[in-house]
Amino acid sequence: MTHNTPTTKAPSQDSAAPRNTPTEIISSVAILAAIVLILRASLSFLKNPDGPSNLFASFYDLVGAGGSAEAIRASGLSPITNKLIIAVVAIAVGIAGVWALFIAANRVIDLFSPRWAERLRPFLFVGPAVALLGFFLVYPAINTISTSITDDGGAIENYKFALTDPDMLVAFRNNILWLVLGTGGSVLIGLIIAQLVDRVKREALAKTFIFLPMAISMVGASVVWGFVYEWKPPGQPQIGVLNAGLDAVGRDPIAWLQTAPLNTLALIVIMVWLQTGFAMVILSAAIKGVPGEILEAARIDGANEFQIFRRVIVPSIKGSVITVATTIFVAILKVFDIVFVTTGGKFDTEVIANRMFAEMFKFRNFGRASALAVVLLVVVTPIMVLNVRNLRRQGIGA
Amino acid sequence: MTTSSKTLDVASTPTKVQKWSQKAPVRIAVVLIAAMWSLPTLGLLISSIRQPNDIATSGWWTALLHPFEAAQWTVTNYTDVLGADGMFDAFVNSLIVTIPATVIPITLAAFAAYAFAWMKFPGRSFLFAMVVGLLVVPLQMTLVPLLQLYTDLELTGTFLGVWLAHTGFGLPLAVYLLYNYISQLPKDLFESAHIDGASHFTAFIRLVMPLSLPALASFAIFQFLWVWNDLLIALVFLGTDSEVAVVTAQLNELVGSRGEAWHILTAGAFVTMIVPVVVFLGLQRFFVRGLLAGSVKG
Repeated sequence: MTHNTPTTKAPSQDSAAPRNTPTEIISSVAILAAIVLILRASLSFLKNPDGPSNLFASFYDLVGAGGSAEAIRASGLSPITNKLIIAVVAIAVGIAGVWALFIAANRVIDLFSPRWAERLRPFLFVGPAVALLGFFLVYPAINTISTSITDDGGAIENYKFALTDPDMLVAFRNNILWLVLGTGGSVLIGLIIAQLVDRVKREALAKTFIFLPMAISMVGASVVWGFVYEWKPPGQPQIGVLNAGLDAVGRDPIAWLQTAPLNTLALIVIMVWLQTGFAMVILSAAIKGVPGEILEAARIDGANEFQIFRRVIVPSIKGSVITVATTIFVAILKVFDIVFVTTGGKFDTEVIANRMFAEMFKFRNFGRASALAVVLLVVVTPIMVLNVRNLRRQGIGA
Repeated sequence: MTTSSKTLDVASTPTKVQKWSQKAPVRIAVVLIAAMWSLPTLGLLISSIRQPNDIATSGWWTALLHPFEAAQWTVTNYTDVLGADGMFDAFVNSLIVTIPATVIPITLAAFAAYAFAWMKFPGRSFLFAMVVGLLVVPLQMTLVPLLQLYTDLELTGTFLGVWLAHTGFGLPLAVYLLYNYISQLPKDLFESAHIDGASHFTAFIRLVMPLSLPALASFAIFQFLWVWNDLLIALVFLGTDSEVAVVTAQLNELVGSRGEAWHILTAGAFVTMIVPVVVFLGLQRFFVRGLLAGSVKG
C-alpha cells in the first residue's frame, strides 16, 4: 500500500502543442462555461413537462415547417413519445454531463504551469466526491444531531419519546426480534445451504434459486409474500399458500399480517428470504477456502461429516461468519420498506426506521425523527469504529 | 433435480447406487430448499397471467392442474398495470433515475479513488479516513436536514436531485471498493506512463479505467440493483407524482390503493422485478465477485 506518487519534474507533462496562448485560455474556459450552461438548460428542460413538444416545435420552426410546429404546440406529443424523449435527454445529460465537466475542468487546469497543474489536479479528482459527501452525509449528520436536541420539545422531550414512549418500546422489542431472528436465521440457513450445495452436482443452479431474491426489492418481496400470507374469511377459498395449507388440514385460516406477535415473525421471514442468498454466497466461498488436507486429516481420524462441519469448517470460517452477520445486522437495523409496505407499523409491527420515517414525513416532528436517527447511529457506531480500525490496521489511509 | 432418471442409469452398478443413496438426503434437501425459496415468486408469476376472477377465487397452484386450458391465461393484467395504473411511466422513470445514478457515483468515485491511491495532496489521509468513516452512517441520519435543504434548493421531485442523493449515499462504498482495487495496480505502470509524459488525467483515462473494469462492473451492478430497488430515497426526494415516481414507489401506491386487486399487484410486482432479475442473472458472476470484495451497503 505505498503511495509513491510520481513527481512533477517531467517538464513536458502531456507534451501537447504550445500552452497558454490566449486562444487556448479563452477556448478552455469557454468550453467549461458552455458545458455548464448546456447542463443548466437541459436540467430545466427536464423540469418542464412540455419540454419535448416545445423542443420539436422549435426544431420545426428552425427548418421552416411552421405548420407542423403549430400543430405540435397545440396538441403536444403522445405521452409515450414525450416520456421517452425525456428519458433519453435525462440519461444523456446525467452520464455525459459528469464526464464533460471533468474533461473540461481538466483542460482549464492544464492552463497552469505544470507545477501548479499537478498541485491543483488532485482537487479536481477528489473535489466532487468530497463535496457531495459533505453535502449529503457530513453536514446532514451533524445537523440531525443538533435538530434532535433543539427541535420539537427539545432534547429531553425528543429522547424521552425515542427511548420510553410505549410505541417506541414496541419498536425496540421488534427491532431486537428482527436483529436476533433475522440475522441468526439468515446466517444459519445460509451456512447450512452453503455446506449442502457444496456436495451436489448442479451447485450453481441450486445457488441461483436461493440467491435470486437478492435482486428483488423489499417492496416487491413484500408483495410476493403478501400473496403468500393472504387471508380470506373462513369458508371462502384461500388463495394464499399458507392459509390454503391450513384449510387443507381443516384449520381456520390465520391473518398472518394482522395477528401480533405472529406478524412480526412473518415479516422477518421476508427478510431472511432476501438475505440468505447473500450469506450463502460469502460462506460458500469461505467453505471452499478451507484446505482439503485438514478435512482429509479429520476424516482419517474418524470424524463424521457433521463433526467435520461443526468442529473443523465452522471454526475456520469464523471470520466470514462475523462479516456476514454484522453486514446483515446493519441492514436489518435499518429495515424500513418491508414494514412500511405491508403493515405500515400497525398491529404491533413498528420498527425504529419505519417510525423515524413516519415522524419525519407524515407528522413532521423533525426533532423526534432526528432523535430516532441518532438512536440508529449509536447502535451502528461500534461497527463503524471496528471498520475504520480494521482499515488502519491494513495500513490504508494512515 | 432429475433424480428418478438417475436411479435408473446407475441401477446396474451397486457401488454407484450405494454412493447415490448416501448422497440422496443432501440432494433432496437442496432441491426442497431451492423449491421453497422459489415458490413465492413462482406463485406471483403464475398469478400475474391468470384471469382476475380466477386469482380472487382459487389458489394459483390450481392453474397448474390444467395448464393447457388457454382461456385461464391472459396478459390484460399487464396492459392494465402498465397503462391505467401508471407502471409504464414508472418503469421509464426508474430507468431515468437508475442509469445516471449508477454512472455518476462510479465516475466520481473512480476519480477520487485514483487520487487517494496515487496522488499526493494535503489532507489526503484525513479525507480518506472521512470517506471510510461515512461508510456506515445510516441513511436516516441525513434525511431530515436534506428534506429541508431540498425544498430550499427546489431539488425535491427532480431527477437531478435524486441522482445526486444516490451519488452522495453510494460514494463512500464506491470510493472504498475502487480504492482497494486501484491502489493494487502495479506501480511500474504509472511510472512508465509518467515518463512518457502522461499527466495523471491521461493515466487515469487510458490506464486505470480500462484496467479497473472488473471492479467498476461489480460496483455498477451493485449500485444499479440498489438504486432500482430503493424505496426510501425515492419517496423522500422524488415523491409519488406520476411524472417522477419510480416503480417501487408506484407499486407501494398500488398496494395502498388496490390492496385486494391481486391481478394488478402481482403483475405490478413483476414489472418492478424484471429488470433487476435479468441484470442479476445475466451478470451474476460479476455480482458475486463484487460481494466477495465487500460490496455490501451497510
